Amino acid sequence: MNGVHDMGGMHGMGPVQEEKNEPVFHHPWEGRVFAMVAAAGAWRRWNIDASRYAREQIPPAEYLRMSYYEKWYAGLVALLTARGLVTREEIESGKPAPGSSRSTPPLAPQEILESAARRACTKRDVGMPPRFQTGQRVRARNIHPVGHTRLPRYARGKLGAIDRDYGVFVFPDTNAQFLGENPQHVYAVRFSARELWGEQAKPQDAVYLALWDDYLEPA
Amino acid sequence: MQTPNRDPLPAPTAAAESAPAGSPAQTKEEDHTHGHAHQAVPSDMALRVKSLESLLVEKGIVDRAALDALVDAYEHKIGPRNGARVVARAWTDPAYKQRLLADADRAIAELGFGGQQGEHMVVVENTAAVHNMVVCTLCSCYPWAVLGLPPVWYKSSAYRSRAVIDPRGVLREFGLELAGETEVRVWDSTSEVRYLVLPERPAGTEMLTEDELQLLITRNAMVGVAKVPQGRPGGAA
Repeated sequence: MNGVHDMGGMHGMGPVQEEKNEPVFHHPWEGRVFAMVAAAGAWRRWNIDASRYAREQIPPAEYLRMSYYEKWYAGLVALLTARGLVTREEIESGKPAPGSSRSTPPLAPQEILESAARRACTKRDVGMPPRFQTGQRVRARNIHPVGHTRLPRYARGKLGAIDRDYGVFVFPDTNAQFLGENPQHVYAVRFSARELWGEQAKPQDAVYLALWDDYLEPA
Repeated sequence: MQTPNRDPLPAPTAAAESAPAGSPAQTKEEDHTHGHAHQAVPSDMALRVKSLESLLVEKGIVDRAALDALVDAYEHKIGPRNGARVVARAWTDPAYKQRLLADADRAIAELGFGGQQGEHMVVVENTAAVHNMVVCTLCSCYPWAVLGLPPVWYKSSAYRSRAVIDPRGVLREFGLELAGETEVRVWDSTSEVRYLVLPERPAGTEMLTEDELQLLITRNAMVGVAKVPQGRPGGAA
Protein backbone atom coordinates (compact mmCIF):
# COMPACT_ATOMS: atom_id res chain seq x y z
CA MET A 1 0.00 0.00 0.00
CA ASN A 2 1.17 3.51 -0.75
CA GLY A 3 1.15 4.32 2.96
CA VAL A 4 2.90 6.89 5.10
CA HIS A 5 5.15 4.10 6.41
CA ASP A 6 6.87 4.08 3.00
CA MET A 7 9.07 7.04 3.94
CA GLY A 8 12.20 6.72 1.83
CA GLY A 9 12.94 10.05 0.17
CA MET A 10 10.31 12.14 1.98
CA HIS A 11 11.16 15.66 3.13
CA GLY A 12 10.06 17.60 6.17
CA MET A 13 10.72 15.06 8.92
CA GLY A 14 13.40 17.22 10.54
CA PRO A 15 16.95 16.43 11.68
CA VAL A 16 17.98 13.06 13.08
CA GLN A 17 18.17 13.44 16.84
CA GLU A 18 20.28 11.06 18.85
CA GLU A 19 19.65 10.53 22.54
CA LYS A 20 22.81 10.00 24.57
CA ASN A 21 22.90 6.98 26.89
CA GLU A 22 19.53 5.85 25.63
CA PRO A 23 17.86 3.04 27.61
CA VAL A 24 16.59 -0.06 25.78
CA PHE A 25 13.05 0.77 26.90
CA HIS A 26 12.01 4.28 27.95
CA HIS A 27 9.05 3.06 30.03
CA PRO A 28 8.36 -0.37 31.53
CA TRP A 29 5.23 -0.69 29.35
CA GLU A 30 7.37 -0.58 26.20
CA GLY A 31 9.21 -3.72 27.29
CA ARG A 32 5.91 -5.43 28.09
CA VAL A 33 4.51 -4.61 24.62
CA PHE A 34 7.68 -5.87 22.98
CA ALA A 35 7.54 -9.10 24.99
CA MET A 36 3.81 -9.63 24.41
CA VAL A 37 4.30 -9.34 20.64
CA ALA A 38 7.05 -11.98 20.79
CA ALA A 39 5.17 -14.30 23.16
CA ALA A 40 1.80 -14.05 21.39
CA GLY A 41 3.61 -14.70 18.10
CA ALA A 42 4.40 -18.20 19.40
CA TRP A 43 0.75 -19.14 18.64
CA ARG A 44 1.64 -18.80 14.95
CA ARG A 45 -1.73 -17.24 14.18
CA TRP A 46 0.11 -14.65 12.12
CA ASN A 47 3.55 -14.06 10.64
CA ILE A 48 6.08 -11.25 10.50
CA ASP A 49 4.62 -9.85 7.27
CA ALA A 50 1.12 -9.77 8.78
CA SER A 51 2.58 -7.95 11.82
CA ARG A 52 4.11 -5.29 9.61
CA TYR A 53 0.92 -4.99 7.56
CA ALA A 54 -1.12 -4.49 10.75
CA ARG A 55 1.08 -1.53 11.70
CA GLU A 56 0.94 -0.12 8.18
CA GLN A 57 -2.83 0.03 8.43
CA ILE A 58 -2.73 2.47 11.33
CA PRO A 59 -4.29 5.67 9.91
CA PRO A 60 -1.51 7.96 8.63
CA ALA A 61 -1.95 10.84 11.08
CA GLU A 62 -1.95 8.37 13.97
CA TYR A 63 1.05 6.54 12.54
CA LEU A 64 3.12 9.72 12.46
CA ARG A 65 2.05 10.76 15.97
CA MET A 66 2.61 7.40 17.66
CA SER A 67 5.87 6.20 19.15
CA TYR A 68 7.34 2.92 17.93
CA TYR A 69 5.91 0.83 20.77
CA GLU A 70 2.53 2.54 20.56
CA LYS A 71 2.43 1.26 16.97
CA TRP A 72 3.42 -2.18 18.19
CA TYR A 73 0.59 -2.08 20.73
CA ALA A 74 -1.94 -1.04 18.09
CA GLY A 75 -0.68 -3.74 15.71
CA LEU A 76 -0.83 -6.41 18.42
CA VAL A 77 -4.41 -5.54 19.38
CA ALA A 78 -5.42 -5.60 15.71
CA LEU A 79 -3.86 -9.05 15.19
CA LEU A 80 -5.17 -10.55 18.44
CA THR A 81 -8.71 -9.56 17.55
CA ALA A 82 -8.55 -10.26 13.80
CA ARG A 83 -7.05 -13.71 14.37
CA GLY A 84 -9.50 -14.72 17.08
CA LEU A 85 -7.26 -14.90 20.14
CA VAL A 86 -9.24 -12.23 22.00
CA THR A 87 -12.37 -10.21 21.31
CA ARG A 88 -12.69 -6.45 21.08
CA GLU A 89 -14.95 -6.58 24.17
CA GLU A 90 -12.22 -8.37 26.12
CA ILE A 91 -9.68 -5.72 25.13
CA GLU A 92 -12.08 -3.01 26.29
CA SER A 93 -12.92 -4.65 29.60
CA GLY A 94 -9.49 -6.16 30.28
CA LYS A 95 -11.26 -9.35 31.38
CA PRO A 96 -11.85 -12.69 29.64
CA ALA A 97 -15.40 -13.09 28.37
CA PRO A 98 -17.59 -14.92 30.90
CA GLY A 99 -17.46 -18.66 30.30
CA SER A 100 -14.47 -18.49 27.93
CA SER A 101 -11.95 -21.29 28.27
CA ARG A 102 -8.40 -20.78 29.47
CA SER A 103 -5.59 -21.73 27.09
CA THR A 104 -2.05 -22.87 27.78
CA PRO A 105 0.75 -20.90 26.11
CA PRO A 106 2.20 -23.04 23.30
CA LEU A 107 5.80 -22.66 24.46
CA ALA A 108 7.52 -22.58 27.83
CA PRO A 109 9.18 -19.24 28.71
CA GLN A 110 12.73 -20.33 27.85
CA GLU A 111 11.57 -21.94 24.58
CA ILE A 112 10.12 -18.67 23.33
CA LEU A 113 13.51 -17.00 23.16
CA GLU A 114 15.36 -20.08 21.95
CA SER A 115 12.98 -20.90 19.15
CA ALA A 116 12.14 -17.36 18.04
CA ALA A 117 14.62 -17.34 15.17
CA ARG A 118 13.48 -20.73 13.90
CA ARG A 119 9.83 -19.69 14.00
CA ALA A 120 10.55 -16.39 12.30
CA CYS A 121 12.76 -17.85 9.58
CA THR A 122 11.38 -17.04 6.15
CA LYS A 123 14.12 -18.65 4.05
CA ARG A 124 12.95 -21.70 2.14
CA ASP A 125 15.29 -24.38 0.88
CA VAL A 126 13.44 -25.15 -2.29
CA GLY A 127 15.25 -25.79 -5.53
CA MET A 128 13.94 -22.91 -7.54
CA PRO A 129 15.91 -21.37 -10.41
CA PRO A 130 16.58 -17.64 -10.05
CA ARG A 131 14.97 -15.42 -12.68
CA PHE A 132 17.96 -13.06 -12.64
CA GLN A 133 21.74 -13.45 -12.57
CA THR A 134 24.38 -11.46 -10.74
CA GLY A 135 25.34 -8.42 -12.80
CA GLN A 136 22.11 -8.42 -14.81
CA ARG A 137 20.35 -5.09 -15.41
CA VAL A 138 16.83 -5.03 -14.01
CA ARG A 139 14.00 -2.58 -13.55
CA ALA A 140 11.93 -2.47 -10.37
CA ARG A 141 8.34 -2.86 -11.55
CA ASN A 142 6.03 0.13 -11.45
CA ILE A 143 3.36 -1.51 -9.33
CA HIS A 144 1.11 -0.10 -6.61
CA PRO A 145 -0.39 -2.99 -4.65
CA VAL A 146 -3.08 -1.89 -2.21
CA GLY A 147 -1.97 -4.56 0.27
CA HIS A 148 1.40 -5.17 1.92
CA THR A 149 4.54 -4.90 -0.19
CA ARG A 150 8.27 -4.48 0.46
CA LEU A 151 8.96 -2.62 -2.76
CA PRO A 152 9.33 1.03 -1.69
CA ARG A 153 7.84 3.71 -3.91
CA TYR A 154 11.16 5.46 -4.41
CA ALA A 155 12.56 2.47 -6.32
CA ARG A 156 9.56 1.68 -8.53
CA GLY A 157 10.28 2.02 -12.22
CA LYS A 158 13.99 2.56 -11.56
CA LEU A 159 16.88 0.75 -13.20
CA GLY A 160 19.35 -1.24 -11.15
CA ALA A 161 21.70 -4.21 -11.31
CA ILE A 162 21.68 -7.52 -9.46
CA ASP A 163 24.52 -7.40 -6.91
CA ARG A 164 23.97 -10.85 -5.42
CA ASP A 165 21.35 -13.56 -4.89
CA TYR A 166 20.32 -14.03 -1.24
CA GLY A 167 18.40 -17.26 -1.89
CA VAL A 168 14.71 -18.16 -1.73
CA PHE A 169 12.38 -16.45 0.77
CA VAL A 170 8.68 -16.23 1.55
CA PHE A 171 6.98 -13.49 -0.50
CA PRO A 172 5.64 -10.78 1.85
CA ASP A 173 2.83 -9.54 -0.41
CA THR A 174 0.94 -12.84 -0.21
CA ASN A 175 2.19 -14.01 3.19
CA ALA A 176 0.97 -10.85 4.94
CA GLN A 177 -2.59 -11.62 3.88
CA PHE A 178 -2.38 -15.39 4.55
CA LEU A 179 -2.56 -16.07 0.81
CA GLY A 180 0.41 -18.44 0.76
CA GLU A 181 4.17 -18.27 1.05
CA ASN A 182 4.86 -18.05 -2.69
CA PRO A 183 8.64 -18.43 -2.12
CA GLN A 184 11.00 -16.82 -4.63
CA HIS A 185 14.54 -15.49 -4.94
CA VAL A 186 15.56 -12.30 -3.18
CA TYR A 187 18.43 -10.27 -4.59
CA ALA A 188 20.48 -7.33 -3.44
CA VAL A 189 19.83 -4.82 -6.22
CA ARG A 190 22.14 -1.86 -6.61
CA PHE A 191 20.53 1.40 -7.71
CA SER A 192 22.72 4.35 -8.49
CA ALA A 193 21.82 7.33 -6.30
CA ARG A 194 21.54 9.42 -9.50
CA GLU A 195 18.99 6.99 -10.97
CA LEU A 196 16.89 7.40 -7.82
CA TRP A 197 17.39 11.06 -6.98
CA GLY A 198 18.81 12.78 -10.04
CA GLU A 199 21.78 15.08 -10.47
CA GLN A 200 21.83 16.23 -6.84
CA ALA A 201 23.33 12.87 -5.87
CA LYS A 202 27.02 11.97 -6.14
CA PRO A 203 27.65 9.82 -9.22
CA GLN A 204 29.41 7.08 -7.23
CA ASP A 205 26.79 6.72 -4.46
CA ALA A 206 24.23 3.91 -4.46
CA VAL A 207 21.29 2.44 -2.56
CA TYR A 208 20.93 -1.33 -2.24
CA LEU A 209 17.49 -2.86 -1.82
CA ALA A 210 16.65 -6.51 -1.22
CA LEU A 211 13.98 -7.33 -3.79
CA TRP A 212 11.99 -10.43 -4.71
CA ASP A 213 11.64 -11.90 -8.23
CA ASP A 214 8.09 -10.55 -8.56
CA TYR A 215 9.28 -6.96 -7.97
CA LEU A 216 11.69 -7.07 -10.91
CA GLU A 217 11.67 -7.24 -14.68
CA PRO A 218 14.56 -7.56 -17.14
CA ALA A 219 15.88 -4.23 -18.42
CA MET B 1 -21.80 2.35 23.42
CA GLN B 2 -21.30 3.47 27.01
CA THR B 3 -17.95 1.76 27.57
CA PRO B 4 -14.85 3.91 27.83
CA ASN B 5 -12.99 4.02 24.56
CA ARG B 6 -9.96 1.77 24.83
CA ASP B 7 -9.57 1.43 21.11
CA PRO B 8 -5.97 2.16 20.13
CA LEU B 9 -7.21 3.98 17.05
CA PRO B 10 -10.04 6.19 18.26
CA ALA B 11 -12.53 7.26 15.64
CA PRO B 12 -12.63 10.98 14.91
CA THR B 13 -15.39 12.75 16.77
CA ALA B 14 -15.24 16.13 15.10
CA ALA B 15 -18.43 15.56 13.08
CA ALA B 16 -20.48 14.70 16.15
CA GLU B 17 -19.04 17.62 18.10
CA SER B 18 -19.88 20.08 15.39
CA ALA B 19 -23.50 18.97 15.22
CA PRO B 20 -25.73 21.84 16.37
CA ALA B 21 -27.56 21.44 19.66
CA GLY B 22 -30.91 19.78 19.22
CA SER B 23 -29.98 18.25 15.88
CA PRO B 24 -30.87 14.59 15.36
CA ALA B 25 -27.26 13.58 15.94
CA GLN B 26 -27.11 15.41 19.22
CA THR B 27 -30.41 13.94 20.38
CA LYS B 28 -29.51 10.44 19.38
CA GLU B 29 -26.08 10.50 21.00
CA GLU B 30 -27.38 12.50 23.97
CA ASP B 31 -24.41 13.67 26.00
CA HIS B 32 -21.91 11.09 24.81
CA THR B 33 -20.30 13.27 22.20
CA HIS B 34 -17.66 14.78 24.48
CA GLY B 35 -14.35 14.76 22.70
CA HIS B 36 -12.40 14.05 25.86
CA ALA B 37 -13.74 10.53 26.18
CA HIS B 38 -12.25 9.69 22.78
CA GLN B 39 -8.83 11.23 23.02
CA ALA B 40 -5.75 9.02 22.96
CA VAL B 41 -3.70 10.32 25.86
CA PRO B 42 -0.10 9.09 25.75
CA SER B 43 0.10 8.59 29.51
CA ASP B 44 -2.78 6.17 29.05
CA MET B 45 -0.40 3.65 27.50
CA ALA B 46 0.86 2.23 30.79
CA LEU B 47 -2.73 1.46 31.82
CA ARG B 48 -3.72 0.01 28.47
CA VAL B 49 -0.68 -2.23 28.33
CA LYS B 50 -1.18 -3.41 31.91
CA SER B 51 -4.79 -4.23 31.10
CA LEU B 52 -3.80 -6.14 27.96
CA GLU B 53 -1.11 -8.07 29.80
CA SER B 54 -3.44 -9.19 32.57
CA LEU B 55 -6.03 -10.20 29.96
CA LEU B 56 -3.53 -12.26 27.96
CA VAL B 57 -2.12 -13.89 31.09
CA GLU B 58 -5.58 -14.67 32.44
CA LYS B 59 -6.64 -16.21 29.12
CA GLY B 60 -3.46 -18.29 29.00
CA ILE B 61 -2.25 -16.67 25.79
CA VAL B 62 1.05 -15.56 27.26
CA ASP B 63 3.00 -16.55 30.32
CA ARG B 64 4.13 -13.71 32.57
CA ALA B 65 7.46 -15.46 33.16
CA ALA B 66 8.04 -15.49 29.39
CA LEU B 67 7.47 -11.74 29.22
CA ASP B 68 9.92 -11.19 32.07
CA ALA B 69 12.51 -13.39 30.35
CA LEU B 70 12.13 -11.55 27.03
CA VAL B 71 12.48 -8.10 28.61
CA ASP B 72 15.50 -9.26 30.61
CA ALA B 73 17.19 -10.77 27.55
CA TYR B 74 16.94 -7.58 25.51
CA GLU B 75 17.77 -5.28 28.42
CA HIS B 76 20.79 -7.22 29.63
CA LYS B 77 22.03 -9.91 27.23
CA ILE B 78 21.37 -9.04 23.60
CA GLY B 79 22.95 -5.75 22.64
CA PRO B 80 25.71 -4.03 20.67
CA ARG B 81 28.44 -5.72 22.74
CA ASN B 82 27.63 -8.86 20.72
CA GLY B 83 28.35 -7.04 17.47
CA ALA B 84 31.50 -5.48 18.94
CA ARG B 85 32.86 -8.96 19.64
CA VAL B 86 32.26 -9.93 16.02
CA VAL B 87 34.00 -6.80 14.73
CA ALA B 88 36.98 -7.07 17.10
CA ARG B 89 37.49 -10.69 16.06
CA ALA B 90 37.36 -9.72 12.38
CA TRP B 91 39.95 -6.99 12.98
CA THR B 92 42.38 -9.35 14.69
CA ASP B 93 41.83 -12.61 12.79
CA PRO B 94 42.04 -12.29 8.98
CA ALA B 95 40.68 -15.80 8.41
CA TYR B 96 37.66 -15.00 10.58
CA LYS B 97 37.10 -11.77 8.65
CA GLN B 98 37.10 -13.73 5.39
CA ARG B 99 34.54 -16.17 6.78
CA LEU B 100 32.45 -13.28 8.12
CA LEU B 101 32.25 -11.52 4.77
CA ALA B 102 31.59 -14.77 2.89
CA ASP B 103 29.04 -16.36 5.27
CA ALA B 104 28.08 -14.06 8.10
CA ASP B 105 25.49 -16.38 9.67
CA ARG B 106 28.04 -19.10 10.23
CA ALA B 107 30.83 -16.78 11.36
CA ILE B 108 28.56 -14.97 13.84
CA ALA B 109 27.30 -18.30 15.17
CA GLU B 110 30.94 -19.28 15.85
CA LEU B 111 30.91 -16.64 18.60
CA GLY B 112 27.63 -17.93 19.98
CA PHE B 113 25.36 -15.24 18.58
CA GLY B 114 22.28 -15.56 16.41
CA GLY B 115 18.57 -15.64 16.82
CA GLN B 116 15.60 -13.46 16.13
CA GLN B 117 16.15 -10.63 13.63
CA GLY B 118 19.58 -11.97 12.83
CA GLU B 119 18.67 -15.18 11.03
CA HIS B 120 20.10 -14.02 7.71
CA MET B 121 23.04 -11.71 8.21
CA VAL B 122 25.17 -9.94 5.65
CA VAL B 123 28.28 -8.04 6.75
CA VAL B 124 29.40 -5.09 4.64
CA GLU B 125 32.90 -3.71 5.03
CA ASN B 126 33.80 -0.05 5.32
CA THR B 127 37.11 0.95 3.76
CA ALA B 128 38.90 4.16 2.90
CA ALA B 129 37.00 4.19 -0.41
CA VAL B 130 33.55 2.82 0.52
CA HIS B 131 31.22 3.81 3.35
CA ASN B 132 28.22 1.58 4.07
CA MET B 133 25.24 2.57 6.20
CA VAL B 134 22.03 0.72 7.07
CA VAL B 135 18.39 1.85 7.22
CA CYS B 136 14.89 0.41 7.01
CA THR B 137 12.71 2.93 5.21
CA LEU B 138 9.53 0.81 5.45
CA CYS B 139 9.58 -0.04 9.17
CA SER B 140 12.58 -0.40 11.48
CA CYS B 141 14.30 -3.69 10.62
CA TYR B 142 17.54 -3.99 12.54
CA PRO B 143 19.95 -6.84 13.37
CA TRP B 144 18.71 -7.54 16.91
CA ALA B 145 20.91 -10.62 17.32
CA VAL B 146 24.12 -8.59 17.14
CA LEU B 147 23.03 -5.04 18.05
CA GLY B 148 20.00 -5.54 20.30
CA LEU B 149 16.87 -3.43 19.83
CA PRO B 150 17.22 -0.27 17.72
CA PRO B 151 17.60 3.20 19.24
CA VAL B 152 14.83 5.75 18.76
CA TRP B 153 16.72 7.71 16.09
CA TYR B 154 16.98 4.60 13.88
CA LYS B 155 13.19 4.20 14.09
CA SER B 156 12.47 7.90 13.58
CA SER B 157 10.72 9.30 10.53
CA ALA B 158 13.69 11.63 10.03
CA TYR B 159 16.22 8.82 9.64
CA ARG B 160 13.91 6.50 7.68
CA SER B 161 13.00 9.22 5.18
CA ARG B 162 16.39 10.85 4.71
CA ALA B 163 19.01 8.10 4.90
CA VAL B 164 18.36 7.04 1.29
CA ILE B 165 18.02 10.48 -0.33
CA ASP B 166 20.52 12.44 1.76
CA PRO B 167 22.93 10.00 3.41
CA ARG B 168 25.79 12.51 3.52
CA GLY B 169 23.57 15.10 5.22
CA VAL B 170 22.44 12.53 7.80
CA LEU B 171 26.04 11.49 8.46
CA ARG B 172 26.98 15.13 8.94
CA GLU B 173 24.34 15.36 11.70
CA PHE B 174 26.13 12.46 13.38
CA GLY B 175 29.37 14.42 13.10
CA LEU B 176 30.79 12.42 10.20
CA GLU B 177 31.91 14.43 7.17
CA LEU B 178 32.85 12.08 4.35
CA ALA B 179 35.32 12.96 1.64
CA GLY B 180 33.69 13.89 -1.66
CA GLU B 181 35.26 10.95 -3.47
CA THR B 182 34.09 8.32 -0.97
CA GLU B 183 31.42 5.98 -2.33
CA VAL B 184 28.37 5.83 -0.05
CA ARG B 185 26.33 2.63 -0.11
CA VAL B 186 23.01 2.73 1.74
CA TRP B 187 21.45 -0.66 2.52
CA ASP B 188 17.65 -0.45 2.81
CA SER B 189 16.55 -3.49 4.86
CA THR B 190 13.51 -4.35 2.74
CA SER B 191 13.78 -8.15 3.20
CA GLU B 192 14.56 -10.46 6.14
CA VAL B 193 18.28 -10.05 5.47
CA ARG B 194 19.89 -7.97 8.21
CA TYR B 195 23.05 -5.95 7.76
CA LEU B 196 26.01 -5.33 10.05
CA VAL B 197 28.66 -2.80 9.05
CA LEU B 198 32.25 -3.88 9.64
CA PRO B 199 33.84 -0.51 10.45
CA GLU B 200 37.39 0.44 9.57
CA ARG B 201 39.91 -0.33 12.27
CA PRO B 202 41.29 3.05 13.33
CA ALA B 203 44.95 3.87 12.96
CA GLY B 204 47.00 3.70 16.13
CA THR B 205 45.26 0.61 17.52
CA GLU B 206 47.85 -1.93 16.40
CA MET B 207 48.95 -2.61 19.97
CA LEU B 208 45.47 -3.18 21.37
CA THR B 209 44.21 -6.66 22.18
CA GLU B 210 40.90 -8.02 20.88
CA ASP B 211 39.30 -7.30 24.27
CA GLU B 212 40.56 -3.73 24.27
CA LEU B 213 39.39 -3.20 20.69
CA GLN B 214 35.88 -4.34 21.62
CA LEU B 215 35.58 -1.37 23.97
CA LEU B 216 36.24 1.08 21.13
CA ILE B 217 33.54 -0.24 18.85
CA THR B 218 30.26 1.67 18.99
CA ARG B 219 26.76 0.74 17.92
CA ASN B 220 26.64 3.70 15.57
CA ALA B 221 29.78 2.53 13.78
CA MET B 222 28.15 -0.86 13.21
CA VAL B 223 25.05 0.81 11.70
CA GLY B 224 27.36 2.93 9.57
CA VAL B 225 26.55 6.41 10.90
CA ALA B 226 29.92 6.86 12.59
CA LYS B 227 33.53 5.75 12.43
CA VAL B 228 35.24 4.01 15.29
CA PRO B 229 37.10 6.64 17.30
CA GLN B 230 40.87 6.46 17.43
CA GLY B 231 42.84 5.66 20.52
CA ARG B 232 42.45 3.82 23.75
CA PRO B 233 38.99 4.03 25.36
CA GLY B 234 39.07 6.35 28.32
CA GLY B 235 42.84 6.42 28.06
CA ALA B 236 45.25 9.31 27.77
CA ALA B 237 45.23 11.26 24.56
